[in-house]
Amino acid sequence: MQRFRQDHLDTTENPLAIEVRGITKTYGPATVLDDVSLEIRPGEFMTLLGPSGSGKTTLLNVIAGFVHPDRGRLLIGDEDVTDKPPHRRGIGIVFQSYALFPHMNVAENVAFSLKARRISRAEAGPMVANALSLVKLEGFGERRIDQLSGGQKQRVALARAIVFQPKLILMDEPLSALDKQLREHMQIEIRALHERLGATTIYVTHDQREALTMSNRIAVLNRARIEQLGTPFEIYDTPTSAFVADFIGEAVLAGVSRCDDYSVLLDGRRMMCASKVPIGNDLVLVIRSEKLRLAEAAAENQIPAIVRKRIFQGESHLLFAETANGLTFTVRQPSHVESDGLLPGEGGSANFSLHPAHTVVVRRDPKAEY
Amino acid sequence: MIVQHLMQKKAMLLIPGLLVVGALLIVPIVWLFALSFVSEGRLSLEHYQRMFDDPTYVKSFAVTFQIAGTVTGLTILLGYPLCFWMLRLKPFWRGIALTCILIPFWTSLLVRSYAWLILLQRRGLVNNWLQSLGLTEEPLALMYNVTGTVIGMTHILLPFLVLPLFASMQRIDGDLMRAAAALGATPVFAFWRIFFPLSLPGLTAGGLLVFVLSIGYYVTPQLLGGGTTVMAGQLIQRNVELFSSWGAASAVSLVLLAIVLLLFWVMNRLVPLDHVFRG
Amino acid sequence: MRRGRERSSLASLLLSGLGIAVLIFLVMPIFIVVPMSFSASRFLSFPPTALSPRWYLEFFGSPEWTRAAWVSLQIAFATCLLATPIGVAAAYGIHTSSSRFSRAAYTVLMMPLMVPHIIVAIGIFFIYARIGANNTVVGIILAHTMLAVPFVLITSLSGLQGFDMAQERAAQSLGVNRLEAFLKVTAPQIKGSIIASALFAFVSSLDEVVVSLFLSGGPSSTLPKRMFVALRDEVDPTIAAISSMLIIASLAIGLAAMVGTRKRA
Repeated sequence: MQRFRQDHLDTTENPLAIEVRGITKTYGPATVLDDVSLEIRPGEFMTLLGPSGSGKTTLLNVIAGFVHPDRGRLLIGDEDVTDKPPHRRGIGIVFQSYALFPHMNVAENVAFSLKARRISRAEAGPMVANALSLVKLEGFGERRIDQLSGGQKQRVALARAIVFQPKLILMDEPLSALDKQLREHMQIEIRALHERLGATTIYVTHDQREALTMSNRIAVLNRARIEQLGTPFEIYDTPTSAFVADFIGEAVLAGVSRCDDYSVLLDGRRMMCASKVPIGNDLVLVIRSEKLRLAEAAAENQIPAIVRKRIFQGESHLLFAETANGLTFTVRQPSHVESDGLLPGEGGSANFSLHPAHTVVVRRDPKAEY
Repeated sequence: MIVQHLMQKKAMLLIPGLLVVGALLIVPIVWLFALSFVSEGRLSLEHYQRMFDDPTYVKSFAVTFQIAGTVTGLTILLGYPLCFWMLRLKPFWRGIALTCILIPFWTSLLVRSYAWLILLQRRGLVNNWLQSLGLTEEPLALMYNVTGTVIGMTHILLPFLVLPLFASMQRIDGDLMRAAAALGATPVFAFWRIFFPLSLPGLTAGGLLVFVLSIGYYVTPQLLGGGTTVMAGQLIQRNVELFSSWGAASAVSLVLLAIVLLLFWVMNRLVPLDHVFRG
Repeated sequence: MRRGRERSSLASLLLSGLGIAVLIFLVMPIFIVVPMSFSASRFLSFPPTALSPRWYLEFFGSPEWTRAAWVSLQIAFATCLLATPIGVAAAYGIHTSSSRFSRAAYTVLMMPLMVPHIIVAIGIFFIYARIGANNTVVGIILAHTMLAVPFVLITSLSGLQGFDMAQERAAQSLGVNRLEAFLKVTAPQIKGSIIASALFAFVSSLDEVVVSLFLSGGPSSTLPKRMFVALRDEVDPTIAAISSMLIIASLAIGLAAMVGTRKRA
C-alpha cells in the first residue's frame, strides 16, 4: 500500500505520463471515439477541447476507468491500466456536478479517499486540513454541503480530488456551473494549484478561452477524433483545419483559390501567406477579426471594404464590413482607435490589411483525399 | 465477491425480479393461453366461440364495460374539479387535501368495500340520511346491484384518477394562464383553450387507468354487487370454482388481459407509465 | 366588471364546495367504520347507541381470527424481506443502464401491477396445483413477493431519480469499489425510499385478497381471505373491529412511508 506523508502534498515527485493508444468506443451505431491516440507528458496540463458530442468526456471516462474501450490500450506511467477498475487507478477526479456527498460534511467528503485507504484518523486529520487550506477553505471542515456556495463546492471537490496525492488529476468541465467572474478567477487558481502540485492534469472543457488560459497543450476533439494537438499558440495562430479555426476565436472563413505555395486569391486579390499553402481545391482563408488592421498605404494583403455596421462593446468596437464583391467579414478594433479618430463610421469605406503571418489558409475538409 | 461481480454486470441485478415475475406471472399466463385452445383433449376455438354465442358471457362483458365506463365517467366528474380546486390551495391545505386522497389509497380494498357495505345497507347510514332529509320515503336498494358496485368502485378508484391528473396539472406553467389573460382571454376562454387541453394527457391517462382497473375488478363487485351483477372477473372465478371449466376461464382471462394490456399500451403512449404510477 | 367578479367568486365558492364534498366522500366511509366498531349492538348503527369493546374482544378471543391475523403478518413480513432486495436491485440495474434489455425488463417487472389479480390468482392456482403448493404459506409468500416487486421498483426508482450517479463514480475514483460505493454513498441517501418501498411491500401483502382467496385455505388462510368469506355470508361486526385495526395500521405505515420519501427529494 502506498504510504502518505503530509509534506508530500505540495509537490508530486513523479508525475506520470499518460498514453492513449488507438482507443475506439462505440455505442450501438454511434462511434464516440474513433481510434484516438494521445500522449500526455508527465506534469503536463492537457486540455481536451471540443463541442458537446465530440467525445471528450468519453475519453476522460476511459482514462478514469468508467468506460471500457472497445479497442485500444491505456497506459498510465508504464503500466497498462485498460482493465483496471476505477477504484484501483488512484486518479483524482473533479466532476462537472461536483458529486459531493450530501450526507457527509466537508471534512468527511475530503477524508473519504483516506478512509478508503485505511489511513488512521490521526494521519488523515492533518492531510484533510492541508488540502482544505490549499483550496483556501480553512475552517470549513464541519460545514454541511448544502451550506456552501457554488464556488465553495467547487473548492471542496478540488480538495477531495487532491488530498490523496494522485499523480494524475482529471477535471470534467469543473467550472461550467459558475458565473463568469468566479469562473475566470478559478481558472487562475486551478492553474496555480497545478503548478504547485505538479501532477499531470487532464482538463475537459468546451470553453475555448478557458482552454487557452489554462493549458500547456490543447487537444481539439471533433466527431470522435482529435482534430489538432498543440500549444495554445499553435492552436490559435496556426489552425490546421477549418473546424479548429472556426471553433476557436472569432473568425470568418472565406473561400480562396491557390495561386502558388505562398499565396492565394481572395475576392480577386492576391494574398501573401507566411506559411506554405496546403494543396486542395476546398481552401479557406481564416480571417480573424482582431488580426485585421486599418491599412497603411504600403501594407501587404489589403482588403478594401465598406463598413456596414459599427457596434461598441466596451473594450473594443466590432465592425461588419463588406467588399465590393459581397464578401462579408468582421473586424475588431480596440477602443482607442475610435478615440484617436481613426475608426471609419457606418457607410464609410476603409482598407483593412492582414499580415502574411496571420494569413492562414486551411482546407475545409482535411480528411478528403486527392 | 459474488455480489461485487453482480454489481459489475448490472443486468444481473434484474435477474431475481425477472425470475419471480417470469415463474409466477408469465408462465401461468402462457399456460392459460394454451388451455384456452383445448376442449375435451382437442385443439378448438370453442371457448372463444362461446363468448360470442352464450348470452351469459355476452351480458357479462357488456356489464363489465358498462360499469367500467360509468365508474370512469364518475371519477372524472368528481376528480377533475377536485384537482382544479386543489391547485389553488395554499401548500398547507393542499397537503391536507392530498392526505385525504392518500388515506383511502392506503386503506385495504376489502376494508373500503366493507365500509360501503355498512353505509349502503337497507337500514344503513345513507338510507337513514336520505329518509330523514325527506328525499325518499322507502329505503332504496343501494347494494347487491349495479348501483352499489358503481358507488364502491368509484370511491376506490378515484385516487387513481386524481393522483396522475393532479401531477399533470401541477406541471402546467401558471404563466400560461397569466399570458392568456394579458392577451385578453376571459378566465373561461383561457380555461378551455389553454388549461384544459394541457391537462388532457393527464386526464386521459388517469381515466384509462381507472377504466383498466375497473374491468379487472373482482372483490368489490363480488361483495357489493351481490350475485346479480357478474363482471368478467367473477365470470372467471365461477368458471373455475363452480364449473371447473379451465378452458372457459382461460379464454375469458386472455381476452380480458388482451384488452387490459392494449389499454395500458395506449396509456403509455400518452403519458409514460412510471409518471402515472408515481403520481 | 363587477358582475364578472361576483360571478367568478360564486364559481370559486361552488368549486370549493364541490372539492370539499369530494374529499369528504373519499374519507368518510373509512372513518365511519372506526366508531361503528365500538358499537355494542349487533346491528351496526351510526352513531352507536352504546359503546363497547365487544367486537374487539370477540376477535382476540377467537383462535380462528387470531390465527389468520398471525399468518397474514408472517406472510407480509416475509414478502417484505424478499421483495425489497429484489426490487431495489432491479431498480438500481434499470437506473444505471439504458440498454434495451433493461427497458424491456422494466415493462416485465411492472406487469404484476397491470394484470388483473383474478387472472394472476387462477394462473398461479393452476401452476401450484401441479406442484402441490396450494394452501402453503410459502406459496402465498412467493405470489405476494411477485405482486410487490413493482411497488418496490417504482418507489426505489423515484428515490434514485433524484440521486446524482456521478457520486458513485466519485467514490470509486477515491478508492472504493462499486459495492462499497453503493453502500457508503448511494444507500444512505436513498434510505428513505428503500424503507418506504419495504413498507409498501408489507402493506400490499397484508391487504391482498384475491390471490390469497385462491391460494390459501385451512390453516394457511390469511386474514383478508377469512374476512372476505365472512362478508360473503353475513355482515359480521367483528370485521368492523378488524377493519379499524387494519385502517390504523395502514395509515401509520402509509404516513411513515410518506415521511420516508419526502425526507430526501
